[in-house]
Parts: sequence; C-alpha cells; structure tokens
Amino acid sequence: MHATGITPPQGVWWKPAHKSEKVWATIAFVWCMVLFAMMPFWHLRGGQNPSGIRAKVDPLAYQARVMEFIQDYQVGTDAGFPVVAPPPGSDVYLIGQMWAWLPVLQLEKGAEYTLHLSALDVNHGFNLYPFNVNFQVVPGYDYGLRIVPTEAGEYGVVCNEFCGVGHHLMVGKVIVTEPEGAQ
Amino acid sequence: MKTLFRRCPTTGLAVHKDADALIKANAVAATVALLVGGVAAVLVLLTRWQAVHLLSDVWFYRILTVHGMNMLIFFILFFEMAVLYFASAVLLNSRVAAPKTGWIAFALMVAGALIVEWTMLTGRADVLFTSYVPLKAHWAFYLGVILFAVGAILVTTIFFATLVVAKREKTYAGSVPLVTFGAITAAIIAAITLLHGAAIYIPTFLWSLGLMDVDPQVYRLVWWGLGHSSQQINVAAMVAIWYLLGALTAGAVVVNEKISRTAFVLYILFISMASAHHLLVDPGFGPSWKVVNTSYFMYMAVLASMLHGFTVPAGIEMGMRLRGFTQGIFGWLRRAPWHDPGFSSLCLSLVVFGFVGGITGVTFGTEQINIVAHNTLRIPGHFHATVVSGTAMAFMGATYYLIPLVFRKKISFYGMAKWQPWVFSAGMLVFSMAMTFAGTFGVPRRHWDITFSGAPFGVEYSPAVDLLFALMAAGGLVAAVGGAMYILVTVVSVFFGKPLGDDLSESALAGSVPPGLYTRPFAELPTDDDEAAQLKEHGRLGPMPGTMILVAVFFLAFVVYYFANWKLLSAMWQIG
Ligand code: HEM
Ligand SMILES: [Cu+2]
Repeated sequence: MHATGITPPQGVWWKPAHKSEKVWATIAFVWCMVLFAMMPFWHLRGGQNPSGIRAKVDPLAYQARVMEFIQDYQVGTDAGFPVVAPPPGSDVYLIGQMWAWLPVLQLEKGAEYTLHLSALDVNHGFNLYPFNVNFQVVPGYDYGLRIVPTEAGEYGVVCNEFCGVGHHLMVGKVIVTEPEGAQ
Repeated sequence: MKTLFRRCPTTGLAVHKDADALIKANAVAATVALLVGGVAAVLVLLTRWQAVHLLSDVWFYRILTVHGMNMLIFFILFFEMAVLYFASAVLLNSRVAAPKTGWIAFALMVAGALIVEWTMLTGRADVLFTSYVPLKAHWAFYLGVILFAVGAILVTTIFFATLVVAKREKTYAGSVPLVTFGAITAAIIAAITLLHGAAIYIPTFLWSLGLMDVDPQVYRLVWWGLGHSSQQINVAAMVAIWYLLGALTAGAVVVNEKISRTAFVLYILFISMASAHHLLVDPGFGPSWKVVNTSYFMYMAVLASMLHGFTVPAGIEMGMRLRGFTQGIFGWLRRAPWHDPGFSSLCLSLVVFGFVGGITGVTFGTEQINIVAHNTLRIPGHFHATVVSGTAMAFMGATYYLIPLVFRKKISFYGMAKWQPWVFSAGMLVFSMAMTFAGTFGVPRRHWDITFSGAPFGVEYSPAVDLLFALMAAGGLVAAVGGAMYILVTVVSVFFGKPLGDDLSESALAGSVPPGLYTRPFAELPTDDDEAAQLKEHGRLGPMPGTMILVAVFFLAFVVYYFANWKLLSAMWQIG
C-alpha cells in the first residue's frame, strides 16, 4: 500500500524525487537566493538601510547631551516643546521618554544629518508620519542614523512601541524646510 | 489504521486510557484559553475600531495583554501538548511513557496559566505578552510563565520517552509516520525554544525581585529566541496536521518521504536564528548579523515551507488521482471532499498561511523592508494570517477528527461544524488583510487612539484608514463568530455529545462525523503498480499538474508583493 502521512513507511524511504518536485525545489531554492542577495545589494545600491552608528550609552549622559544640543540650536517653541534647528551635516538628537519625544527638530531638505535616537526609561518606537519609517528606540543604546530628508513639510513622530498607559499620547514633530539658498 | 479507532483494544486498555485522558485534559484547557482569548479579541477589536472605541486606555492595554497570552501562549501550547500525545502514543499505538508526570506537567501548566491570568486581570502585568524589560510586571507574572514552561518541557520529554518506548516495545513496524516525524520536529524545536525561555524568564523574574539587572536589548534578543522559535513550533505542528488531515480526509499520499522529511529537518537546523527578524531596526546589532540571521542562513526555513506548500497539495492530488479522480487538471480538486470540515480547514489553512502569512512574513522580515513594516499594523496583520488562519485553523480542523477518534463522541451540530472553517477563515482573511493595508499607511500596532486626542501634536491618517478599520472590524467579528461556532460545537460534542458507538459504517455515522472517518480514503489507496501507470498518463506538467499550476500562481504573487515593497521602500527618506 501507498504511504500516507499516518502510516509508517516500510523499508528504505530515501528515494529519488519526482521530476515535478525537483523542478519546484529548484525554483524555490533559486528564489531564496534572490531573497538573500537583495539585502546586500540594497546596502550597495539602495538608499534605505537600517545600519547606522550604534553604541551603548548611559541614559543620563544621553540626556545631558540632548540638553546641550537644545541649548545650542533652539530657535523657538511649539506646544511647549523646544524647536531646534541644527546646521546641515550635524548630529541631531531625539529622546523618547514616557510620554513625549524631545525636542521638535527643524531640518533642511536635501541635507544630511545623523539622527540619534535613544530612550531614557523603557523601549519606544520611532515612526515618522506620513513616511512610515520605523525604528526601535531602546534605553541604553544610541542609534545614529544618517538621514537625508527628501521632501519639505511637517512630519509627526508617533510612538509605536507600547511604553505604558500614556503610549498613545506620545507624538513628536519634525519640520523640514526648503534649503535657504533655494528660497 | 484500525488502531486509530481502537474499537476493542484488547491489549493495553489502561494505557490508551492515559493517552486519551491527557489529550482530553490538554484539549479542554486549550479551549478554555481560546474562549478567554476570544472574548478579549472582541473587546480589543471594538476598541481599535475608532468608531466604537469600547475600552478605556488602561483596560485596552490590559486586555490586549490577556489576548496575546491566552491565544499565543496558552491556547496554542495546550493544544500542542495534545498533539504531542496524539502523535506519539496514538499514532504509534503505544502507551504513554510516564502518565503520572504527564499529569504533574498538566497541573504545572494550569497553575502557571492561572497565576498569569490573575496578575493580568488585577492590573499587575500591563506589559503585553512580550513584557519588554524595563517595563515591569509583578514577579508572579514571570513565575507563572516559568511554571507553564516547565510543564511544557516535561510533556516534550514524555513525548521523546514515548517514542523510545514505542520503538523498544515494537508497537509499529518500519519508520515513524511522517506526521509523527513532523511532531518530532516540533518537539525538538520546543526543547530549543524552552531553553531560550529559561534563559530569559529566570533572569527577568530575578530582576523583578530586584536581584539582578537585565539589559533591554539583550532581553529583546533572547526573548525573541523564545518568541519566534515558538512560532516555528506552530508551523511544524501545523504542517504535521496538514499531512494528517490530508491523509484522513482525502487519502493524500506522501509523494516523497525524503523531500518532506528533509524539509522538516531544515526547520530545526536554523531555528535559533529566528529572533533576528524582530530586531532588524534595533540599535544593538550590525547589518551582517541582521542579514545572515533574518534569512535563517539564506532562507533555508522559507525553502522548507515552500517545499511543504508543494508536497501537501501534491500529496492530495496524487491521492485523489490514485483513487480514480483523474479528470483534467483540476478534476481532483473539484471532487475533493469540500464538505468535510477537516478538509476545508486544511485547504483554507494552507492557502491563507501561504498566500497571506507566508508572503508578508518573508517580505517584512527583509532587513531593509522592515523599516516600512516594523511595529505597524502590518505585523499583527501578518501573524493573524499565520498563527491564526494557519495554525489555529489547522488545529480546529484536526479537532473534528480528534473528537470521534479520541473522545469517541459524535460531532454535535455537525451542520454548523461544516460551515465553521469557512466562516472563521473568511473573517480572518478580511481582518488580516485590512490590518496589513492599514499598516502600510503607518498605523501603529498596540495603540489605543490613532486620533491622538490630547497629544501635543496632531497626526491625521488617510481616510482610507477609516474604511480599513471598518473592514478589519467586520472581518474580525465574523472570525469571532467562527471561533464561537468552534467552541460551541466542540464543547457540546465533548460534554453532551452522543457516543460514537461500535458501528462505524457510513449509515451509522453519516451526518454526525466528518466523512473521512467512514469513507476511509486512506485505506483505499491502490498499489505501487497503479502508481506507475498513473504517472505515465500526464503530459508536460507531470503527474500532479494541478499542483504545478497552483504553486506557479503562488510564486507569482510572492514575487510581485516582494518587489512592490522594495518600490515602496525606495520612496522614503534616505537612511543609512
Ligand atoms: C476572532 C479571532 C481574533 C480576533 C478578532 C483578533 C483580534 C486582534 C486584535 C484587534 C489585536 C490587536 C492588534 C493591535 O492593536 O496591535 C490582536 C492582537 C494579537 N492577536 Fe489576535 N485576534 C484573534 C485571534 C487570535 C488568535 C487565535 C491568536 C493566536 C493564536 C491571536 C494572537 C494575537 C497576538 C499574539 C496579538 C498581539 C498582541 C500584542 O501586540 O501584544 N489572535 N488580535
Ligand atoms: Cu513611547
């Protein structure tokens, strides 16, 4: 009798596969290699990679650095939050904490920045609206992502990692302006 | 196959009773967890649907924790314990190696689960099922999880011991059946998984008592070593059930034991890498680590699933053809037992798992594409298509056979049982696809209020999101009805159902149990010579032309969705 999944196969079951199975296995294998190769390929050619500069950091030291950053480049306030306009090419900082993103960043379109993300208390999630760009923000770790804003406008920063009961109130803001020369 | 029925087990009566009783206890516990998790599902669903917004913020996160724990941990694992007893003692016609330990394990799991329920419902564990450190729950929460896990590891050990007993006592001839082989795979992965579990929950328990520190990033790494590997247990168990149901309902054959078993082994080999795709946009790991690990070393586990995705329908096609349903390319599929809830569950599970769960999973687990998926509704959209539409659906289908085979009862409300897989699966399909699409607009998961009232800055989603939320609610509610139908049928059958009786003929059983039990298609398969003749009959597409076409459609959908996501990604800000 033919073996089904519930009958013990008798004798040697290591037999050559049918041709159809070989064809499918080959297609599947090649596809898996494509899936794999796409990732290194995008590191070489693509514009979006989650690599960044990664370091451990003491949350208090991170907080001190951000306070200094705010002091150096603050240009105003918005809804009680400092608005900070750092020069193009510089390191910019964002703190996630229960339950706010600090500060409001004002960036220039087309300029490169290193955006540092870290948290002071628990995990938070960086989600840039409407551009659906997401990063995990972990306390004790500094994630420095080189970013180039490609469109001017106002962006929301939504927290998308559960961080306690005020989680849904945690919205920040990033403003991207046209570069000064272009205006 | 007569052993499955054990109509008159002259030998080892007491022994079979142990297996039966342990399966029953675990299946009942699973159903209770499903009920609790299901009620929680509806509450959470009606809160996320902003038009209703039922629960308060505190209770939303609390009940979401209840939903995750009851469904993903308690329901799934209790059911898997039943599967392990079934695949060892029942399929191998053996006694359970250590029934007393089996009961101790069950008691530990129930006690652990009850402790966890208590901490959650009294607001001592508002941390969601992932409980990311340093979000802190009451120490009893972690202790409960540890007790539950210890119980599960004991059952896994009993499973292996039962295999040894069966081999030594020669309860079967030849190699273990494929379904058991799949269960062995699941059990080996379970052992690895539970080691990760110990490695993370014991330190976290001590941390909650103030006795040690736990690094938040290391927690995420090791926790997902547990959290994702356990999904691989679910996949292996589900695939084993696909083979089981295929044989029972449609007389599916194993086209090639070598291919199917190798595919199972691939699941085991790369499993400890599974945590990476949860950490692709985390700060703690570099790109090479992410690329190698998220792909489980070059997508070998994906390859395995793609192989099963072929061999399961191919086995059904071959089985049907061997039994004479040879008409055209899809004649076997048209004539398949669609009215058998075991068969429809199997097919719906396979299709939704593959087309929705599998394709989205591989795509979102790509290092860079994860940037546009992480922690959005795309993620619960994906896993409700895998672990719910796939695993839970397969488990439900298996229940319709377990009730007569193990509980020895007829199925009450059999007409409802026939509809149940369709209702549950259709609802879940709409629900998970609506969530996945809402996620592409950036809508976060685990979020009480996406109107952000009271937040310092406003964010307003596209109006399409409102529509998607309404679809999500509609699909989710239909699925909840499907879940309720399942619970009603199984509970009434088990506790108040008519006994199966000794007459296993069609006239005695038709309309009260799935037809596979009396038509017994698996016993009707012809000999190898017929197979040779059958294989010659077909043209270029080979002996299973229908399956070839089905997998071609699947492959096309996969390629299109995958590259569409790269396109989506390339429109974002530059990030590096
Ligand atoms: C009728 C059936 C179900 C419905 C309507 C449903 C609905 C939901 C909803 C609305 C969420 C919240 C998504 C979010 O806000 O992030 C959710 C989360 C979840 N569901 Fe379900 N669900 C169902 C069945 C299941 C089953 C059977 C399982 C597991 C086997 C499951 C596992 C989960 C998990 C693990 C989460 C994530 C919890 C978290 O993010 O902490 N669900 N479900
Ligand atoms: Cu937050």
